Amino acid sequence: MTLELFSQYLLAGVTYGIIYAIVGIGFNIIYNTTGIINFAQGEFVMLGGMTAISLTQWLPLPLAIGAAVVVVMLIGALVEILFIRWLDRPSVLRMIIITIGISILIREAALHIWGDGVRSLPYFAGNEITTIQVLGARVSPQVLWVIGVCAVMVLALSLFFKYTLQGKKMQACAANRMAATLCGISTKNMVTLSFMLSAGIGALAGCVMSPITYTQYDIGTGLAIKGFTVAILGGLGSSMAAVTAGLLLGLIEAFSVSVVPLAFQDAIAITLLLAILFFRPHGLFGSKDAAGLKEF
Amino acid sequence: MKRSFTVVIMLAASLALSVSLAVAETIKVGAILAVTGPASFLGGPEARTLEMLAEELNAKGGINGNKIELVIKDSGGNPEKAISFAKQLIEEEKVFAIIGPSTSGETLKIKQICEAGKTILLSCAAAEQIVEPVAKYVFKTPQKDSHVVHAIFENMKSAKISKVAVLASNTGFGQAGKGQIEKQAPEYGIRVLATEVYDSKATDLSAIVAKLAANKEIQAVINWSVEPAQAIVLKNIRQAGWNVPIYQSHGFGNIKYVQAAGAAAEGVIFPAGRLLIADKLADKHPQKAVLTSYTKNYEAKFKEEVSTFGGHGYDAFKILCRGIEVAGTNREKVRDAIENLKGFVGTAGVFNFSPTDHNGLGTDSVTMLTVKGGNFVEYKK
Repeated sequence: MTLELFSQYLLAGVTYGIIYAIVGIGFNIIYNTTGIINFAQGEFVMLGGMTAISLTQWLPLPLAIGAAVVVVMLIGALVEILFIRWLDRPSVLRMIIITIGISILIREAALHIWGDGVRSLPYFAGNEITTIQVLGARVSPQVLWVIGVCAVMVLALSLFFKYTLQGKKMQACAANRMAATLCGISTKNMVTLSFMLSAGIGALAGCVMSPITYTQYDIGTGLAIKGFTVAILGGLGSSMAAVTAGLLLGLIEAFSVSVVPLAFQDAIAITLLLAILFFRPHGLFGSKDAAGLKEF
Repeated sequence: MKRSFTVVIMLAASLALSVSLAVAETIKVGAILAVTGPASFLGGPEARTLEMLAEELNAKGGINGNKIELVIKDSGGNPEKAISFAKQLIEEEKVFAIIGPSTSGETLKIKQICEAGKTILLSCAAAEQIVEPVAKYVFKTPQKDSHVVHAIFENMKSAKISKVAVLASNTGFGQAGKGQIEKQAPEYGIRVLATEVYDSKATDLSAIVAKLAANKEIQAVINWSVEPAQAIVLKNIRQAGWNVPIYQSHGFGNIKYVQAAGAAAEGVIFPAGRLLIADKLADKHPQKAVLTSYTKNYEAKFKEEVSTFGGHGYDAFKILCRGIEVAGTNREKVRDAIENLKGFVGTAGVFNFSPTDHNGLGTDSVTMLTVKGGNFVEYKK
């Protein structure tokens, strides 16, 4: 393998991986406060892209993206208030079924609003064929945007959880809901906040990746599966772990095409997921003891 | 007095009703189309086209006074659903004929069901196997894969291209196209150096593009899919700085994909019917009138660009109507009429059906197009 080909695979892997990671992070936030997996996470990504694309008709690109993130955060809050909030100590299984239902609902609504066509935001810099040279390989500047946004997001999230009162409250809910309630934290509000946060992150991800992957009403499912794989692979709950696992999965997928036919690419991801679930159910970077204390 | 007046009115009304019933009957036509789901860009325009045509026809008083009632079923591109809808339409709704399905996979699943139920099927899907071997009641309106591949290889020959790479999606359409390419390549002296299959939901193909680009012998890439991936692959190839000629299948005949791929779509060569270049055809071209009127009506009604796929629905509906016009409302006679239809001008080409050819289109129905300035234009060297 020449150096050029190697770096081309490397960059392709990073592109895949960072997209998976950015979706995986969204799973983690809701998991952290509620202990459930929100299977509608992929739909938040789709909604973000779609809303921003519609808004670019009236607003300049950065404003459209900002507005789309706000709109999707509101939708996230609405989803939580309408479907989750009034449940009295629901079981994990029930929550999963509910979120799957919500994902179908959002998807069908999107089909009616935006139709079945493929849409995308314009490239933030240059156009479809603009590339820059990195390590002798070529890469679209949009990939750098995705990497940058992902990095800022992870940093902002860890600062938020570490240094702000709201962040600490959310963590308290995750650690022990009863104790948090006794301390005067409104756990229900924290859950709403976590839905808003993950919806916002999903929406932002949907916007930055839209020029690369395109946005279609049913793109959420595929992204959610990969994001879920990554979240599990890294060990649920940690954003950094999701990023590392995402990059790992992306690189494995990219380099796999050099030895096996492309058709097996997805099989590799699923095999990996199954292997992890069998041998390290708490994920590559998760702690076994911590996982043991959780319901799911 | 008042009462007897009412009675008279009612009598007259019922008489009028029974008269109209005796003269005209409503012909129920089923349609199984992928209105939603991954193949919705096929089924969507097809369903809209059928609704538009049925509305037009019924407003004009139907065929010899017989109105058409459409029963459209959304299969979502799912063969299992197509099977149950086909059974439902044949056994419960007792439809006169079925238009669709949109995809080859679905059509092949219900081919035998329609044959057993003696119901005319006018498929809007491309695969060769739909009409080969010929089934008595099964017809199809899009050009055959073999004609399309023939057109691509002829073009390659004139461009002196002999070593190609093939990319295809893992759908019925992609696999049928890949099969045809591999089958016909030796006849044209073309060598397929690499074949790769990707998932129809793929979001980025830069790794496989890197692998193919490293093989310096490859002179051109043929991509065979109908999903957004066909736009993604264009971007990935051009982003890799790889300036090979790219050939696409007739699945590229939707301007939305050109818009999605933007600058990367420039210069892509693909085979298609003449619908996409209707306004640029010479006035004396036999298809000119049909193509421009369909384009005008469709775009005015639905505010979206016409695609070849809606055209396949148009052809299916019009062929059925012609059959009914010629042979009345007897299903067997209509089938015979369609089988013997000659010189029927549709959007895909001029149809000449025969007992051995249930597609009726020749190789001249396909022309090579390319993308220039974001528009489809005829390919010229």
